[in-house]
Amino acid sequence: MRPVKESIARIGSVALFQLSILRALGPALARPRLIVNQVYNCGARSLVIIMLCGLFVGMVLGLQGYQLLARFGSESALGVAATLGLLKELGPVVTALLFAGRAGTALTSEIGLMRATDQLTAMQMMAVDPIRHVVAPRFIGGVIAMPLLVAVFNIVGIFGSQLVGVTILGVDQGTFWSQMQNAVELKDVNEGIVKSVAFGVICSLLAVFEGYHTEPTAEGVGLSTTRTVVASSVMTLLVDYMLTAAFLNY
Amino acid sequence: MIDRSPLPDPIIDVRGLHYGVEGRKIFDGVDITVERGSITAVMGPSGTGKTTLLRLITGQSVPSAGSVKVFGEDIGGYGRQGLLALRRRMGMLFQNGALLTDLDVFENVAFPVRQHTKLPEPLLRRLVLMKLEAVGLRGAAKLMPQELSGGMARRVALARAIVMDPEILIYDEPFVGLDPISMGMVCRLIRELNDALGITSIVVSHDVQEVGTIADRSYLLAGGKVVASGNAEQLQATHDPAVRQFMDGLPDGPVPFHYPAGDYRSQLLDAGDLK
Repeated sequence: MRPVKESIARIGSVALFQLSILRALGPALARPRLIVNQVYNCGARSLVIIMLCGLFVGMVLGLQGYQLLARFGSESALGVAATLGLLKELGPVVTALLFAGRAGTALTSEIGLMRATDQLTAMQMMAVDPIRHVVAPRFIGGVIAMPLLVAVFNIVGIFGSQLVGVTILGVDQGTFWSQMQNAVELKDVNEGIVKSVAFGVICSLLAVFEGYHTEPTAEGVGLSTTRTVVASSVMTLLVDYMLTAAFLNY
Repeated sequence: MIDRSPLPDPIIDVRGLHYGVEGRKIFDGVDITVERGSITAVMGPSGTGKTTLLRLITGQSVPSAGSVKVFGEDIGGYGRQGLLALRRRMGMLFQNGALLTDLDVFENVAFPVRQHTKLPEPLLRRLVLMKLEAVGLRGAAKLMPQELSGGMARRVALARAIVMDPEILIYDEPFVGLDPISMGMVCRLIRELNDALGITSIVVSHDVQEVGTIADRSYLLAGGKVVASGNAEQLQATHDPAVRQFMDGLPDGPVPFHYPAGDYRSQLLDAGDLK
């Protein structure tokens, strides 16, 4: 019973923490420089890893998709298959998992170290609310950065699948792009955007929550960082299933 | 020996303070009075709750019983907004400085001013430089906190603590980890800032010698109570064993050298669990 109670209490704490961030959103948005810094920290600094992984995922999609479609003589549909897979699922999910490992851990350890070195308490003593000054800008920065990273991941991924499918395996270039243009609809893009925003909220919220509630020791910061990755990954996959089911009207 | 002579105009008045954490009693009826314009030292062995006392005075923790009055009003009655307003009248120097590591020295000192005022940039610049000059670190304005020594970081934190011209300045273990030169500098700064700016200072420390030279009145905490209070001479004249052990730095006494343990001989001969 005890772990169940603790889990429920933790979910309650995260919800209350989210409320306190929402209350601080207005004042935080009034200082856009802080948010721009955080979009840079979470977004721009994750670009290389996102682009690299996007390229590899796209290339694998090109290979596997071609093998599968060739069995039914439908290699020409490779562009559609790869793009839909990336837009609706792989783009948001893989980006969120990478975000949790790269930007999420950085957020948690940064805020956790601020806790351990009394910087957050010092702010409180200077009558400055750390939620408003430290937590909210990082949360907003993460939520803005995620859809942008997903877009970059998708673009590079589509290029990767094109590279393998068209350049190496010989699918017709015109068919690859025209079929994609005909089959991919705005609602497919929207599904990806909704998912990326949802994952942005989840990963950023869990990262700042864990950092803010870190036990102020070296071990505490390490534990919080681990919890950020684990909780963000599990929640991302769970919410992905729920959103997919909702979009498919199940 | 507890000096109970009345003090004029208390700016902080702690009466019958009781406080505990997870069943462990930390304060068991503590009375402390801090008079306006004075330097008051709170001393005691490690783990006696000196930092906890500061948390109670600044409203970061709530007492189980008793009252903590700051500027004549109970700290519990301030409310959230009231506490924020109260903290603008207080400055605090943390044990490790607690400088914001993503800002340089200048911006660290300017931080509270930027947060609470819309001071024009030229005026802010002059104000920050004056405060840095007061702690002797005007030349370090563009350094990052990672480039500072422990003593320098402490002095920058002091400049930050006084930049909003507080009425009360709280020092949490200001001498820990400092070399003798830095210690002397911080000591002199505490006295000079107190006298020049008319601040009321509270210094929490266990450095008897350093605190003795600057404090107008000292309180010695042990076992959750104030075991002695008065000026340096009065404390030195005390014969209470707990006070003597602390003042003379004796390794054994009322605060035992050995942590409570079972029988030594049987534990050495017995291969069982250590309890």
